[in-house]
Amino acid sequence: MFLEIKDLSVKIENKNILKRLNLNINKGEVHAIMGPNGSGKSTLANVLAGKEDYEILNGRINFKDNDLFDLNIEERAQEGMFLAFQYPVEIPGVNITPFLHSAINSKRKRMNEEEIDNLSFAKLLKSKANDLGINIDMLKRSVNTGFSGGEKKRYEILQMSILNPDLAILDETDSGLDIDALKIVTDGVNKLKTNDNSFLIITHYQKLLNYIKPDYVHVMVNGSIVKSGGSEIAAEIEKDGFQKFQ
Amino acid sequence: MNSETLNTLDSYSKNKYKYGFVTEIDSEKPKKGLDEDTIRFISLKKNEPDWMLEWRLKAFSKWKKMKEPKWANLNFPEIDYQDIYYYSAPKGFDKKPKDLSEVDPKLIETYNKLGIPLEEQKVLAGVAVDVVFDSVSVATTYKGELEKLGIIFCSIGEAIQKHPDLIKKYLGSVIPAGDHSFSALNSAVFTDGSFVYIPEGVKCPMELSTYFRINAENTGQFERTLIIADKGSYVSYLEGCTAPKRDDNQLHAANVELIAFEDAEIKYSTVQNWYPGDEDGIGGIYNFVTKRGLCAGKNSKISWTQVETGSAITWKYPSCILKGDNSIGEFYSVAITNNFQQADTGTKMTHIGKNTKSKIISKGISLGKSQNTYRGEVSFLRKADKARNYTQCDSLLVGNQCGAHTVPYIDSKNNTAVIEHEASTSKINEDQLYYCRQRGLSHEEAVSLIVNGFCKQVLQELPMEFAVEAQKLVSISLEGSVG
Repeated sequence: MFLEIKDLSVKIENKNILKRLNLNINKGEVHAIMGPNGSGKSTLANVLAGKEDYEILNGRINFKDNDLFDLNIEERAQEGMFLAFQYPVEIPGVNITPFLHSAINSKRKRMNEEEIDNLSFAKLLKSKANDLGINIDMLKRSVNTGFSGGEKKRYEILQMSILNPDLAILDETDSGLDIDALKIVTDGVNKLKTNDNSFLIITHYQKLLNYIKPDYVHVMVNGSIVKSGGSEIAAEIEKDGFQKFQ
Repeated sequence: MNSETLNTLDSYSKNKYKYGFVTEIDSEKPKKGLDEDTIRFISLKKNEPDWMLEWRLKAFSKWKKMKEPKWANLNFPEIDYQDIYYYSAPKGFDKKPKDLSEVDPKLIETYNKLGIPLEEQKVLAGVAVDVVFDSVSVATTYKGELEKLGIIFCSIGEAIQKHPDLIKKYLGSVIPAGDHSFSALNSAVFTDGSFVYIPEGVKCPMELSTYFRINAENTGQFERTLIIADKGSYVSYLEGCTAPKRDDNQLHAANVELIAFEDAEIKYSTVQNWYPGDEDGIGGIYNFVTKRGLCAGKNSKISWTQVETGSAITWKYPSCILKGDNSIGEFYSVAITNNFQQADTGTKMTHIGKNTKSKIISKGISLGKSQNTYRGEVSFLRKADKARNYTQCDSLLVGNQCGAHTVPYIDSKNNTAVIEHEASTSKINEDQLYYCRQRGLSHEEAVSLIVNGFCKQVLQELPMEFAVEAQKLVSISLEGSVG
């Protein structure tokens, strides 16, 4: 099993957020999780990435034969987990090129691969930016600093395509995007998709799923997955909302 | 703040100082303590003319009547001026060596260890270096090349011998001996330092650099630097400092004077990495430095850039007197304090001429149990029509036992002055750390990256050769790993 979440219960500040949640993802699959606000979708994403504010009450997560709880945030990232943030944070004064260069090399180090040199990395970054229709000038700026919402999301996808993760988690990447930006972002995801990597797409709206075809759709309500199926579920939600799942 | 961050911070504060070694070399010292005999000894050792000795003694009599300035936000036991050696020179330095073959190999090795190779061919392309070991200047590189342009770059001791007219005219002209007790002390006992004169219309083609090293125990270092940029000239000058690890506190009280005439520009950069003391606050340098630049002529410019990471105590306010119309003063500062370090640093911009402009960018980073204060004074005198100042002070707190303070004074006697002031204080942001780590960077790398980003506005003002070094130094000050 590539990613296996078993009976996961999580709380934060005395509030139970995830309740006995189960989810399995195989290599090469695209899963979508849909749910109303406050259902625990983003918590799931952050628990997977290793954010430390949460208390794990119960359950386990296996990722690529690792007990995920044995790995800290950066080790999970180096093992191939990528989280595209809902609200990417600004880091003033830190240029994207050395930032991503260090990131990719820390991953390579863990995988016992040779580090990539400056020049090759600059070329890689430029070509990926080109593929995603990102202006080269944007690469000269500090990470996320002064970016519009859409620019930040495109930047996340650029980072994702450079780091080439085994599991990419997209946390409400579609929120705040206009239709053009949404197309760029989803094109990026579709280009990256292979039989060897997997995606977990978290979204509130069905709109995103018009561009990325999931293999499975899960409905999450009140900290648990209440229904799983194919893309027909997304259509159901689009029509009737989350009401009938609650 | 979560537990992992606290652990990492804890490991940072086990700061290791890379330059803490001692060079075993015999040195020559007078008796401990300060009186007229000490001053006569120094003056004799340096083979100074009588007028110089008189100048020193006059400063000494002023010092005796003065008290240390007490307004800084610093806490330290009283300095016992009688328990300090005021002069220390490696034995055999009665005559300055003519070239490197005459220098003790141990000294050359010391500087190689510090990453300052003295052999000219090894010196970074385009940087001429003067190195000062305890109280004497050891070597000055690239002298010949500079002389061809009429540039004088030598130790201050040599300048007193060879260029007495310039020294008589300008030494103490920007910082009078009686300015305050540390300037009086320095004027009485200064031992070595650098002297620079750039003739009219000459743009100095290379960075000039002085490297200061305190080696001997219980020894104060009192360096004196004087830089004169004549009309239409330009010079960029760099200064670096280190000292061995010792349990006693050592006093360093330097005076630096800059004079820029019409259309001249002086860029002065410092990377101060004196021994900061250990993680319990034992030892470290007391760094009381007076730096002042006079923009004497129209359209002149003086720019101070400092990266302050060392010293147990830093007391330092590189300032500009903007006398010439349209003259410009700038101050860019990064001050990092860790463990029990205390820094009270900032600047003074005095607008006298019309259309004078000043800019202050200060970045303070506090870690451990340290205290970091920005203190600044911007004043506009009556005739400073349409003068402008822009001040930006940002403080970053890493951990929850340190302090950041901002004390800006503004005094305007001219109502056409335009003053802008921005200040911010923030804690290192957990969301930024999470973001960096999610991309695979370690916690330490993430902190270093964020802090370097925070300082970028200042670091980018440093000359290229120094910028990379300074960035590394910033990381080292944070992570404490031996680089």
